[in-house]
Amino acid sequence: MNRYNRHTILPEIGQEGQDKLSKAKVLVIGAGGLGCPILQYLAAAGVGTIGIIDFDKVELSNLQRQVLFGTSSLGKNKAIAAKNRLEDLNSDIEIKVYPEALTYQNALELFSQYDIIVDGSDNFETRYLVNDACVITNKPLVFGAIYKFEGQVSVFNYKNGPSYRCLFPHPPKKDAIPNCSEIGVLGVLPGIIGSMQANEILKIILGIGTTLSGKLLCYNALTSQTSIINVKKNEAIFKSILKNKEGFHKTKVDFHCEVEVTMASFEDLLSNNNIQFIDIREADEQPKIEGLEVTRIPLSQLENRINEIDAIKKKAIFCQSGIRSKHAVKILQEQKIKNCFSIIEGALEIKNYLKEQY
Amino acid sequence: MHITVKYFGQIVEVTNTQEETIEVVGSHISDLVGVLNSKYDQLEKKDFQIAQNQELVSLETELIGLEIALLPPFAGG
Repeated sequence: MNRYNRHTILPEIGQEGQDKLSKAKVLVIGAGGLGCPILQYLAAAGVGTIGIIDFDKVELSNLQRQVLFGTSSLGKNKAIAAKNRLEDLNSDIEIKVYPEALTYQNALELFSQYDIIVDGSDNFETRYLVNDACVITNKPLVFGAIYKFEGQVSVFNYKNGPSYRCLFPHPPKKDAIPNCSEIGVLGVLPGIIGSMQANEILKIILGIGTTLSGKLLCYNALTSQTSIINVKKNEAIFKSILKNKEGFHKTKVDFHCEVEVTMASFEDLLSNNNIQFIDIREADEQPKIEGLEVTRIPLSQLENRINEIDAIKKKAIFCQSGIRSKHAVKILQEQKIKNCFSIIEGALEIKNYLKEQY
Repeated sequence: MHITVKYFGQIVEVTNTQEETIEVVGSHISDLVGVLNSKYDQLEKKDFQIAQNQELVSLETELIGLEIALLPPFAGG
């Protein structure tokens, strides 16, 4: 029995359609909550060349929704771990991995090698980078994004349709919207939205049905309601993206996700004697850290108390769990303050470590 | 004019409801947004696009009613 029999017996697909799938080249940005189901269905469907780009590593808290990974994948690069699983699923296809961040420097060259680009990223900077690079390289973009219990799906830059910027012209105000590493998300939601993206990809490759080009599909997992909003192409926006074509690769990277924040363990930082420890928790948060000289500046006041940050010393920032400290590092980096580190551990772990040492 | 307004994503955290009926005096989308901003003081901090009867509109668009949706962008993946 042929692997693709259930495809080829469909008159809408047939062997001809299956051949189209095997010739298709699809690049998936991010092997996370959305990327996992997308990749799984593309590989199973026999999409001939699949590219996966992701710089991140598999963490235990990913396994609640990132279904390509198991406990044996922990600590491994996501693109590589996904490839390992997908090769077992389908060894007839080619899987190319890029265990690195997508940047303005590598995007155009990378996109030009594929037919369809799929956005499964988790931050606005990457989403706008992906959109603009798709416009410049003239590649269709299959878009998906999630928030808690809701998802958005669309197809952009396809057959003279609109781009993501025609819907949302500019990235939102900095850090106005948290991403999934900081807020909760219903585990099955990226499975639903990612599967919808996979469906759009297969329709584009096969040339069947109608795609979500020109439409934004909004799905609510709590109510099972779906709304569709029409999006029109804005020629002026396309022109302004294309105008930046030559300078695109020079665009400065300004990711405020995890990309640029340098993290370090408390133990490593403690061995450094020219260091300022900064506790950015609010005043009432427990436990208090004793036995260590700590500057206390709540995150909410950080921008107004920059003058308390040591100009020369290394800055080691911590909070309750290691999430807000990353935000703090971003804020300091925006203020052009160098040598800032986010401590991986939270306050309780730091307190316990100090207790053991002294 | 009675307008049905639907909220999505982060906007629901400001309004605490996914849908409600709003009474608006005025003829443009901006008049509705004015009413919403005075009802929800956190709304101005949020980024969103507005759709009227499933079509994206601007603040200057004429308010013709039926259904308005406030759509924020989502980053998560």
